[in-house]
Amino acid sequence: MVESAASAIHGAEWTIKELFVYPNEFIYWSIQIVMYPLMTGLVAGAFVLSSLYHVFKQEDLKDIAKFSLIFSFALLFAAPMPLMFHLQQPQRGIQVFFTPHFTSAISAFGIVFFTYYIIVACEIWFVYREFAVKQMKALEGKEGFGNSLLRAIYRVFSLGVHDISEQALHRDHKAVTILAGIGIPVACFLHGYAGFIFGSVKANALWMTPLMPVIFIMSAIVSGIALCILTYIIIMEWQKYRAKSARRAWGMSAEEIGGAEIDVIRKTSKYLVGFMIAAITLELLDLVFRGYTSLKSWDILRSVIYGKDFVNIFILQYTLGNLVPFLMLVIPGLTVRRTAVATMLVLLGVFMMRYNVVIGGQAFSLTFAGYMHYHLPIIPHSIDTYKEGLFGALTIAVMPFVLFYWINKALPTLRYK
Amino acid sequence: MSDNCSRREFFANALKLAAVAAIPVGALKILEPGEAKAAIAKTGVRWGFVVDTHKCIGCGFCVKACKNENEVMYDAPVSRTWVERYVVTKDGEVHADTPNAARDGFTTPKIHGQVIPDSEITKAFFVPKLCNQCENPPCVQVCPVGATYQAPDGVVLVDRTWCIGCGYCIMACPYGVRFFHPQFKVAEKCNFCYHRISQGMKTACVDACPTGARMIGNLKDPNDPVTKIVLNERVGVLKDEYGTKPQVFYLGLDKNVR
Amino acid sequence: MSNHVWRPAWVVLGVVALILTARYFYVPSDFGTHERGFMYGYYRKASEEDWKKIKVKYRTKDYCKDCHADKYEMNMASKHSIIQCENCHGPAMDHPENPQKLAIDKSRDLCIRCHAKLNYPSSRRGELKGIDPDSHNAGMECSACHNPHKPSLEGLK
Repeated sequence: MVESAASAIHGAEWTIKELFVYPNEFIYWSIQIVMYPLMTGLVAGAFVLSSLYHVFKQEDLKDIAKFSLIFSFALLFAAPMPLMFHLQQPQRGIQVFFTPHFTSAISAFGIVFFTYYIIVACEIWFVYREFAVKQMKALEGKEGFGNSLLRAIYRVFSLGVHDISEQALHRDHKAVTILAGIGIPVACFLHGYAGFIFGSVKANALWMTPLMPVIFIMSAIVSGIALCILTYIIIMEWQKYRAKSARRAWGMSAEEIGGAEIDVIRKTSKYLVGFMIAAITLELLDLVFRGYTSLKSWDILRSVIYGKDFVNIFILQYTLGNLVPFLMLVIPGLTVRRTAVATMLVLLGVFMMRYNVVIGGQAFSLTFAGYMHYHLPIIPHSIDTYKEGLFGALTIAVMPFVLFYWINKALPTLRYK
Repeated sequence: MSDNCSRREFFANALKLAAVAAIPVGALKILEPGEAKAAIAKTGVRWGFVVDTHKCIGCGFCVKACKNENEVMYDAPVSRTWVERYVVTKDGEVHADTPNAARDGFTTPKIHGQVIPDSEITKAFFVPKLCNQCENPPCVQVCPVGATYQAPDGVVLVDRTWCIGCGYCIMACPYGVRFFHPQFKVAEKCNFCYHRISQGMKTACVDACPTGARMIGNLKDPNDPVTKIVLNERVGVLKDEYGTKPQVFYLGLDKNVR
Repeated sequence: MSNHVWRPAWVVLGVVALILTARYFYVPSDFGTHERGFMYGYYRKASEEDWKKIKVKYRTKDYCKDCHADKYEMNMASKHSIIQCENCHGPAMDHPENPQKLAIDKSRDLCIRCHAKLNYPSSRRGELKGIDPDSHNAGMECSACHNPHKPSLEGLK
């Protein structure tokens, strides 16, 4: 009886209490709330990367710009999913749009998210309209279900605008520039809000800092660029492999693909390093400031940061996730393999940063005299332990890649020629 | 809309219309602080609570009654109200606990499995906790959908048909009084037994208390015993520094109380 | 000359219109800003009534005293006068209709809530008469000797 009652309490399954903790305290915000800022961060980062080309005309990013735009769109679909997994009443989630209470950071987030979604979708429309119209015409009269389905998709996508004259295309480009320009502040706003959701919780000693939104934006851009580079490498390596096995991808040889690849990687990783410096500086500033001002909460915070979460924070996040990849990226003679490992470590670092903020913020009690330990549910034995466990998180993590794969079928992102 | 110009104009108008329509109707009806105060003054009721920690003996009858009265699963470790025990020893150590929210009271001197010898104890006392029904409730501020709110008489309530279960309010409460209801899967909290106080009864915990350590009253009524205590005695509130303006006042609060 | 640039905007407007239409049907009409302003008073007004309609379960001594006058009188003259009947007898609800009989909690656990001796200075608990539950007639029901309605030691059975 007691066991069933305990399992009915949301959070009781994965929370172990130590010393003096209020009875109602549990780790209510668990792995999905770690995934949520991670995903929105990736969205924002991928979009900023594509905008660097579209707005600031960084020509060196031309090849990766289209790719990161579509990837950002796929991530956008997945970004609200952690919230839906986390809500106790997911069927009422739409109420965030119906009765938004704007004094809440979450409700403002709903509106910003919707706006951002529109911007990205419109930008994609303008970027791919020419392609869609051309494909539609090329597919005309071709037999087969696949062809007619694809043609129907392009037809809907074009929204009935089939004009691809010089003039019309010029307008498209102009619209893309404007949208990407609006998109950057909105992307930062979107993720800044995710930071605000945490930073404004005055009850939580670890979360409450005005730096939180800025820290979140910086690490978001870092994670977005890192994921784009990594995915780009994987795709290019796959194409290289196909070219080698004589199936001549894109009509290019393996050497040509490899040459183009390392070029893009070197240029993009420079931006990655720049944003990493900004992110780490802010995070360390926050830490130093907390220690220096030593407010009432510092005793318990210190015991969590330097004690209980030491490995998570200083080994996994700062050393493995920041310092090591930073050195790997700045040492001259960057190779594809080294970049791939470095970006993976960067992603681990950003994930751990989210984890240490979300879970770390609940590792101590509101009493400042007790602790809560988080045990990620691995094997799901109930809906709750699936949704807020390892497999729920993996579902979310895989989702953007699956979406990207399917979107890529209709709107190819990387095709030279 | 044959020519381009009129279409553009039409679009601009449509956009403006949509922008206006998109603002929720409620957002336009924001009351001025003065208006809001006047509206509250009209009700003539502001529920407040006094806890006399000198009187509390840690029997936990309040927790038992609360759980039954408000249908919070009896065996679940969560509760709308609970009692804490603080034992301070000669070396200045503070030993605090609230086993199972003190549903079964404090029946043993053991704290976290440790027996503290009577001779070591300098002071020891019990502190009942419940929702502070703050004047500035941070839990209400952060609700994204308007599912929790402050009633005109000051009590913070949760709309069980509207809560989406995001848990933001739980995170925003500095006192840890909120939790997810085990059955309804929505945010749950002490509401001063709203169904009782609104028909002239006292809360279940006040009635169940065998020492009179708990009192509920109308802070707007100067003759109410609770108001008299708040006005005449030296009372304290919990975690004043958060600016929440709690409306549960404590007699005999100690600096060690969390 | 066609201006196709606005075409996606129409789609967006359509979606917004759809959401607003759905909102119109979904959100109750009493949902809005009430007495406490937008920050603290944005809610569905009828929710207040929902809470008021909850059933009272603990009815207090007033509910018991007429039918059980003898027990009531005895109790009111004793040191336990402040204790509600329902603390031991359970919530009355609609007794005697529902439930017809209340389950009386006669367990030691109930009595030692107050009377397990805790020597706490600066707390009333320290002044309260108490026993060590492990050594004081362990395993026996307290009511075998003590009368809970009239607990003074002179009233020992």
